[in-house]
Amino acid sequence: MHRVLGDRRAIAILLGPALLVYSLIMLVPMFWSVGYSFTKGNTIEGFTWHGFGNFSHLWSDPNAHQALWFTLKYAVVVTVGQVAVGYLLALLYVFFLRRASALIRTLVFFPMVLPTVAVGLLFKALFQIAPQYGPINQLLVDVGLHPIDWFSSTGTAFIVLVIMDVWRSMGFYAVLLYAGLVDVPDDILESARLDGASGLRLVRHIVLPLSFPVLMSSLIFSINGTLKVFDSILPLTNGGPGNSTTPLTVLMFNTAFDYGDYGYGSAIALLLTVVCLLVTLVVFRVSRRDLTKG
Amino acid sequence: MSTGTPTRTYAPARARRRLGLGRLTVRVLLTVLILIEVLPMIWMFLTSLKSNSDYLNNSSWSLPSHWLWSNYSTAWTTGNIGLYVRNSALAVFPSLLLLLLLGTAAGFALQIMVWKGRNFTLLIFLAGLMVPVQMILLPLFTIYTQAGISGTLWPLILTYTGANLPLTVFMMSTFYRAVPREMFEAATLDGAGILRSFWSISVPMVRNAILTVGLVEFFFIWNDLLVALTFTNNQNLSTIQVGLLNFTGQFGSTQYGPLFAAICINVFGTLLIYLFLNQKIMKGLTGGAVKG
Repeated sequence: MHRVLGDRRAIAILLGPALLVYSLIMLVPMFWSVGYSFTKGNTIEGFTWHGFGNFSHLWSDPNAHQALWFTLKYAVVVTVGQVAVGYLLALLYVFFLRRASALIRTLVFFPMVLPTVAVGLLFKALFQIAPQYGPINQLLVDVGLHPIDWFSSTGTAFIVLVIMDVWRSMGFYAVLLYAGLVDVPDDILESARLDGASGLRLVRHIVLPLSFPVLMSSLIFSINGTLKVFDSILPLTNGGPGNSTTPLTVLMFNTAFDYGDYGYGSAIALLLTVVCLLVTLVVFRVSRRDLTKG
Repeated sequence: MSTGTPTRTYAPARARRRLGLGRLTVRVLLTVLILIEVLPMIWMFLTSLKSNSDYLNNSSWSLPSHWLWSNYSTAWTTGNIGLYVRNSALAVFPSLLLLLLLGTAAGFALQIMVWKGRNFTLLIFLAGLMVPVQMILLPLFTIYTQAGISGTLWPLILTYTGANLPLTVFMMSTFYRAVPREMFEAATLDGAGILRSFWSISVPMVRNAILTVGLVEFFFIWNDLLVALTFTNNQNLSTIQVGLLNFTGQFGSTQYGPLFAAICINVFGTLLIYLFLNQKIMKGLTGGAVKG
């Protein structure tokens, strides 16, 4: 029987095309890109050997430092925001809405499927100050406060970015974490209550540790997405003011396609990849250690 | 209410009291939540019906002075949204078809078929989940230019297919895990070849899974900006996302009504799909995330 399920010709026919496409579009270009990072030039002008020049440039380039710093700052803040708000929503679903929560879950989830470009343009308009006060500034003026030019300073532009990305994905993380919370057994909750645990203490000592695994996979998923942020930035701030909201992805894109420097662009892409791998590894390690402690 | 036989219904009722939030507080929280979700959509829609002077001169909270539906036709024709939607469809649906075909076959080969090295092969596919798309863009640009296909939609179709294969293969092989192998052994006894069993037995069995994965990938590809921005150097090839990003350029000065109409077309298109298939979409999207 295993001869049939182990038929080499059938395996080749079924797996071959996928493996071929994957190799040609992903694997080969991945290594090719590493090769590019040792060169200077682009497709049109040709490439010349540059040794470790791109990497030493990366080491000393203030734009790259700023992009790396922004990427990390953004990833940490948005990840914490998404997962924390998502967790609070999930608690709300499980403990207060129960069966009735299906409709709310579905409603809060929907921004996740919207095109990020459209959401970015929408939020830009919501927070704009010129040519016309957007709804947020209008509201500030109506209650007697000063309007804020959100996109003219780094701090406020960052706030709008975070608000937008939390708005976009909190419903997604809520549903993800809800699945973990529903699995917390009722008898454990009940016996904890009999022992006198209630309110926040119940959440902190019983619910939180029991939903820890799903919380960790949410964190890993979120940080992997936010480190690669691109679609949110372009329509909302386009990296500005100055280059203060430019993450590595956008810097890489501009370097390669605006300045035609594929070598340096590839070096930035490689840095991004390494950062993604490292951060995932660290979160994974930390979560493993905490699990054994708790 | 015995603690010995826990049921799902009573514990939350007690928790409601024990967590210290009253009925009213929950009501208020819910109202705020719904407003946060819905108000931006309503505002966007109302603004899409305003004329330029209406938008510029009246409060952004005001209703349109008259409902200018023609903003939508302006966006669709003069703003080229119609062309962009067509381009998006021409890039997205062939990619989806390829992805599902390749992914289902690969999932079957990796999960149902028995051979040495299949775990390693699955691992190679999984590695692709970790790598940012930025890593493959520049070499692909060179490849597509050399191959002479850079003025077409083929770069998009190929890149979407390749870059989304890891997730598709991963999800399909997870779904195949639930299908018992004996099924195919029985089919073999009845004289069906393995390729035949794949197509006529396994594919109908994972039909639901294929739909779920298809939906997930549809949203990923339809909403993509990075790949589309990289490989569509000419405006006639722009997808909806690229077109929307550069929308204001079409008119010289910003025409706010048509701009919001264009955003609405983009948003309500995906919302319409969500309206009908939300449970499947939610399950698919969150299912794709829990792989850790």
